[in-house]
Amino acid sequence: MAFGAIVEHDTSFSEWRPIARQCFLAGVPPEELEWRCASAEASLFDAPLTVPSPKPDAPNPILRSNCLALLKSILRHADQTRFDLAYRILWRAQSEPSLAAIPLDPDIARALRMVHQIRRDAHKMEAFLRFRDIGESQNGRRLFLAWFEPDHYILPTVAPFFTRRFTDMDWAILTPKGSITWNGEKCTLSRTACSKPDLSDSLEQLWQTYYMAIFNPARIKTKAMRSEMPRKYWKNLPETRLIPQMLAQAGTRVKAMETQQPQEAPYFHKRLQQRRTEKPEP
Amino acid sequence: MILSLALAELRTYHEQTMKQSLSERLAILSDAAKYDASCSSSGAGKRDSAGTKGLGSTGNGICHAYTPDGRCISLLKILLTNFCIYDCAYCINRSSSNVQRTRFTPDEVVWLTLEFYRRNYIEGLFLSSGIIRSPEDTMAQMVHVARELRQVHGFRGYIHLKTIPNASAEQLAEAGLYADRLSINVEMPTEQGLAAYAPEKKAGIIRHSMGEMRTRIDAGKERSLSGRRPPRFAPGGQSTQMIVGADTATDHDILASSSSLYSGYKLRRVYYSAFSPIPDASAILPVRPPPLLREHRLYQADWLYRFYGFQFSEITAAQPDGMLDLALDPKLAWALANRALFPVDLNRASREMLLRVPGLGVRSVNAIVTSRRHKHLRLEDLARLNVSLRKVKPFLHTTGWSPTRLTDQINLRQAFLPSPQQLSLF
Ligand code: SF4
Repeated sequence: MAFGAIVEHDTSFSEWRPIARQCFLAGVPPEELEWRCASAEASLFDAPLTVPSPKPDAPNPILRSNCLALLKSILRHADQTRFDLAYRILWRAQSEPSLAAIPLDPDIARALRMVHQIRRDAHKMEAFLRFRDIGESQNGRRLFLAWFEPDHYILPTVAPFFTRRFTDMDWAILTPKGSITWNGEKCTLSRTACSKPDLSDSLEQLWQTYYMAIFNPARIKTKAMRSEMPRKYWKNLPETRLIPQMLAQAGTRVKAMETQQPQEAPYFHKRLQQRRTEKPEP
Repeated sequence: MILSLALAELRTYHEQTMKQSLSERLAILSDAAKYDASCSSSGAGKRDSAGTKGLGSTGNGICHAYTPDGRCISLLKILLTNFCIYDCAYCINRSSSNVQRTRFTPDEVVWLTLEFYRRNYIEGLFLSSGIIRSPEDTMAQMVHVARELRQVHGFRGYIHLKTIPNASAEQLAEAGLYADRLSINVEMPTEQGLAAYAPEKKAGIIRHSMGEMRTRIDAGKERSLSGRRPPRFAPGGQSTQMIVGADTATDHDILASSSSLYSGYKLRRVYYSAFSPIPDASAILPVRPPPLLREHRLYQADWLYRFYGFQFSEITAAQPDGMLDLALDPKLAWALANRALFPVDLNRASREMLLRVPGLGVRSVNAIVTSRRHKHLRLEDLARLNVSLRKVKPFLHTTGWSPTRLTDQINLRQAFLPSPQQLSLF
């Protein structure tokens, strides 16, 4: 029978750790261990997996703190091969204690790439999440709701950011990977998938006005825009639907500026100039 | 005093403008602010509202949206009013322009900032203003907005105030108490440029205000002998902006000016804003803007100065006309001009020298320096760092690779020129 464990998609570090420990104490090397996700097209013909029993006298695995941090971090990635990678790093680090400090090692390079993706995902969530005003909560505070679709399991990563920033209001952030709620005192995380709520907020009109007005039609750099704000985020942003229209009008606006005739200065300007010549400033 | 005479007209203007809806005024006053590039929300340090009844935090410098001009929206960047008694040629708000005039009340700015912030649109406020009545009066209104936000609403997000030259010392002190960053624009790279394009602004006064701010910012960081903290003063430092391409200043002039600004006034950032065509432009301005690439190259040069240990003079030294090479990035251009220094040894070159290798960024250099303590690096190892081997190859050598013949090539520059199609993609 093959050694391995069946894990949920969103298995966190603290859930993965005891299983990994047990396999490690059983002395099963990474090549002989299979990590399989519970819902990934399970088939009757898949070989059954057993988590091996630990050997009584096996030494505990030890990790340097940077390596532990790395494993904690990559377990938040959505890639299902993360369990395998994390276990291999755990295994290798026993004989190569400074492994995590070698960014050019293939396993570490891959782990660092994952860390980078997670960080970017969290950063984009902090940037592109939009709260919508939905009135008052039971305790009389203002209540806001947001919908976001993160790529990775980053709710625990971003929750402190939101609670420390939006302290004086109540809010909930709903995502397909769970939710975060805040009532001024307590932050609650859940891993139950949410569905997209139907929200509207009249203030979005002012935000759209701002978005259009702050755009400079004489500089078009859509590639720069898309690399920082990839299209996948657009569907949940209130302002991006204006982009086609803004781009379509840009050419005419610039033409108009180039071909305009000098106009006569307003009356106010002339008065000012007059005063200046009459009564020069000291 | 000229201005008190103009008060009657000002009042009629204001009565008319307050009839416009908030949305109309927002459109005008953000349109008027967009030519200022210094929108970043950096340098404020970490601060949050945990355990307070307030709202907001800093320290993340987040870009909350991007517009199709490729610029990030981090702050609500608006003018209190676009009414202005000065006549700076490059500015859409100059008194001789026929742009529609309007203003916000300080309360409206406070409200907009808070409501935008609550919805996670922005990191905070960047407030600037045309000069109305007098510099003190204008500055007083801006300080009022910042005070309301901080004291009445417990706002702990980012505030950047554009300082009005000639504001009083008390106003400046109070502004620094609330603002994370203060700035004052030098506008033109040279004094002659300023005299020609912004006749009412005086280079001496601008520099004096910057010096004043630097002294206060420095003082704000030092504890006194008794260990007491001085009053807070703009912990995010000061920044400035120069307009590129409106006058004849070369890149060399511009960077020389940056150099003195960074060292003389300890600026956090110098922003370069390619002069952009504006509606109802002044006749003394060029009709066509400079290529955006020029602005980009200046930012790259600035980046090399701030993070790569380059001096500005080194960057422009090899360019006879004082202009940066538009076709090559300044680091590559520098390396080609100093090819005798290359190739460098991947495993032994100093960190400083690796930073000068075209194609290696700060992050890859750090990774190389840590990794080579543990193993001998070959060229293939670099591929794992997302480094373009094609770019770095001519400048590095290591076991199994030595590029001597490449750096000997006379037409090396030719080899690095992007193909015409790529250039037009930019
Ligand atoms: S002072 Fe000059 S740059 Fe500033 S708003 Fe007035 S005209 Fe524009």
